[in-house]
Amino acid sequence: MDVIEKIISKNDLVFAFLFVGIIVYVSFWIAKKLTNNKIPGSAIAIFIGLVLAYFGDKKGIADLPMFTGMALLGGSMLRDFSIVATAMGASFTEIKRAGVAGIFSLFFGVILSFFVGGTIAYFMGYTDAKSFATIGAGACTFIVGPITGSALGASTDVIAISIAIGVIKSILVTICTPLIAKKIGLNNPTTAMVYGGIIGTTSGVAAGLAAVDEKLVPYGALTATFYTGLGCLLCPSLLYYIIHIFI
Amino acid sequence: MKIYGVAILAGCYLVGQLIGEQLGKLVGVSGNVGGVGFAMIMLILLGSWMKKRGLLGAEPEKGILFWNAMYIPVVIAMSATQNVKAALSGGWVAVAVGVLGTAISFAFVPIIAKMAKPKQEDKDDLYL
Repeated sequence: MDVIEKIISKNDLVFAFLFVGIIVYVSFWIAKKLTNNKIPGSAIAIFIGLVLAYFGDKKGIADLPMFTGMALLGGSMLRDFSIVATAMGASFTEIKRAGVAGIFSLFFGVILSFFVGGTIAYFMGYTDAKSFATIGAGACTFIVGPITGSALGASTDVIAISIAIGVIKSILVTICTPLIAKKIGLNNPTTAMVYGGIIGTTSGVAAGLAAVDEKLVPYGALTATFYTGLGCLLCPSLLYYIIHIFI
Repeated sequence: MKIYGVAILAGCYLVGQLIGEQLGKLVGVSGNVGGVGFAMIMLILLGSWMKKRGLLGAEPEKGILFWNAMYIPVVIAMSATQNVKAALSGGWVAVAVGVLGTAISFAFVPIIAKMAKPKQEDKDDLYL
């Protein structure tokens, strides 16, 4: 047993390739045999990933010594690298076509999440402007929340809540996107770009679209990649000042 | 040679990161603003330009397509390394904001997408 553990921890990335390969195999088998391909295999695989993450802690399953390679394979470097690679199949004409809608949806998405999140928090007892803004920012993504919170000097428990909100959003988007794709008409590049702009959480959008239709990934990812930056720009400044006037 | 394709991809990625970092500094945000997006646009433009001139053969393209195909496995590994425990332990405010906020955002996707579509058809004549 010791020898195996030693080999695996020495070659953690290679083991991650094998491990993810097995997850994919099992998921596609389940998709075919148990759901008659009604639920996409990649959606099942991503869901299994989330369940496995529960066995770990902050870094999910990568907190267990055997699975440290998963953090490298699923880390931001390889994620962004492979997202860029998906652009190879995208059409620039389609992107130009949805360009204005994409930019509009970005601003709309950040502002909507900010005020919806903040308002719910307000009615649940977080009535000061700093908490409103931090929790509202958390409803954007789990990066915008803590950045806004620390910029405004919000309390640590509010910042922790804002991170939790962002993570819940990311996971919900991952699970729900394939389930509601038809209802929201998510089957063309324009809608995918609008979806990426409004939802914004890169991990959620990336995983959600992967489970719906791989061809749509570049369009959604393209807008989503600007969302966190825009959120970090607007939430602690303009949007906070607006809130500050009212409460 | 497949590595040429991977190198082109890597070049676009790194230049995109550089633009994103600089843009972040410019607007006063710590972090990268749209680095991946810029890299994607670069790869699309560079890829189609090279294909038109026959500079991007089938082999280099396979190098890019390999990483394209690795996207889903990477996303699965990413899901397995999320802080799921934190998500489940954020309390009721976190759950309420997370669920309602996400649901409302989803509801607006078809509305905005619809607003975009009729405009498109008008513009098509102008821009084509």
